[in-house]
Amino acid sequence: MSKLVASVREAIEKTGLKDGMTISFHHHMRNGDYVLNMVLAEAAAMGIKDLTVNASSIFDIHEPLIEHIRNKVVTGIECNYMGGRVGKAISEGILEKPVIFRTHGGRAGDMENGSSKIDIAFLAAPCADNMGNCSGKYGPSACGSLGYAFSDAMHAAKTVVITDNLVPYPLKDTSIDEGYVDYVVEVPQIGDPAKIVSGTTKITRDPVGLRIASLAAQVVKHSGYLKDGFSFQTGAGGASLAVAKYVEEMMKKENIKGSFCMGGITGYMVDMANKGFFETILDVQCFDLKAIESIRENPKHQEISAMRYASPAAKSAAVDSLDVVILGATQVDVDFNVNVHTDSNGYIMGGSGGHSDTAAGSKLAIIVAPLIRARLPLIVDRVLCKSTPGETVDVVVTQRGIAVNPRQKELKEKLIKAGLPVKDIEELKQIAEEISGVPRTVEMGDKTVAKVLYRDGTLLDVIKNVKTI
Amino acid sequence: MKIIKNAVAGTLESSDLFIQVEPDDEELHLEIDSVVANQYMDAIRAAVMKTLEEFHVTTGKIFIKDKGALDCVICARMETALKRGGVEES
Repeated sequence: MSKLVASVREAIEKTGLKDGMTISFHHHMRNGDYVLNMVLAEAAAMGIKDLTVNASSIFDIHEPLIEHIRNKVVTGIECNYMGGRVGKAISEGILEKPVIFRTHGGRAGDMENGSSKIDIAFLAAPCADNMGNCSGKYGPSACGSLGYAFSDAMHAAKTVVITDNLVPYPLKDTSIDEGYVDYVVEVPQIGDPAKIVSGTTKITRDPVGLRIASLAAQVVKHSGYLKDGFSFQTGAGGASLAVAKYVEEMMKKENIKGSFCMGGITGYMVDMANKGFFETILDVQCFDLKAIESIRENPKHQEISAMRYASPAAKSAAVDSLDVVILGATQVDVDFNVNVHTDSNGYIMGGSGGHSDTAAGSKLAIIVAPLIRARLPLIVDRVLCKSTPGETVDVVVTQRGIAVNPRQKELKEKLIKAGLPVKDIEELKQIAEEISGVPRTVEMGDKTVAKVLYRDGTLLDVIKNVKTI
Repeated sequence: MKIIKNAVAGTLESSDLFIQVEPDDEELHLEIDSVVANQYMDAIRAAVMKTLEEFHVTTGKIFIKDKGALDCVICARMETALKRGGVEES
């Protein structure tokens, strides 16, 4: 038997793609992904309509989606994150059906429990053999981990592997195995390597960012979780990385050996593990070249699926064993709810990703953000979109002070005792408003353009359209 | 006082604003484009008008691209733009 087909079109024909079906994609190629556009262009050329696209994330490179929406090729979108380009069109109401936002864990969980059905999964594979064994670790378009693609491959009715690096059977180091794969297609390029990952991720030099990071590291230290066996997740943003740097200094000084670091992995986290600060790296996605090299060569560096990472449908997931997570926010409200879906004008420009999964799972969820960004205060009465519920957020760290969720009385005492600038969240809000002035509340339209599902599948919030003047 | 020549002040960096001023003998023409228009347009306009009043400028063309500057920054940039445009301190 052969699974190899000559073209994307032939693969689409063989899978029996029809009007009204749901097709899925994963986002390890990030803003360099060619596969989603490639498949949709072919489907459009074949006259297929009314598709639902379930992509773990949608980036600006996927802007052609807007045209496919106009032409009714695509009539539904489900994702965990949406970049500003497509987000703007959605916010202006281009799509009739609301977009369904999930979390990284929730997406995998909903596929596992059957509430999210995928007809055909298209996997972008940096290397694959002719039977569909594939991996992200090797090849010109290497992206490292294929973490988010596992659930697609396992639960879709049909799975197509699209690769630009076909190797002889059997691929020697397989991530997703042939048992889940129906067809394999070789194409010239699955992505633009320069945009798949950034060359290096750098620590911020912005003094405000460094001040926030240093305070956040102090919170970690005095929380009591920074001891042998410590586990940690932080993002790739400059300020989040700076937290890692300060945490590393503390671990070194006190000779603390951590257990694991997790998440989207950067070279910085790889270095920390290699220096012995963490036993192992749990990697659902690589953010830079160093992380890719490490996952390929370092046995301490493990690839994990989105289920293992964060699925609430699994018997346990790694987030349940996470001590501390550092997260960002576009807005936080006085009840500690966090918005990472929209900007301050209500335009969609993000999504939860693993935000609410890690906040819920971890013992200590710390939000780091400047108190004011371009005049806009971080803290508002009510977030424009509730991405992560306040009950799961423990601390908000800004350059002007630290707010502790009133639910965490003991932690608050500890931080005050340590001499950290703990303030009431209302007080932080007031400090910002004294500098910026009180912002006028943005009024949204009446049409629901997106539904935000919490990790357990329940409706957390809806996003309304932006009124265009 | 009047603006007697074209002048600029400021930058397009976040939290700053870019101001262009031009002479006009007849009327005051004020154009403001801001990333925080929804939240702060009234405050921005008030800060601009306050500076104009301080310098007794009642006519001229003023074009502003605001990237989320605080009121104190708006006033400072306005003052610079006006002085560069030939308005003298009274």
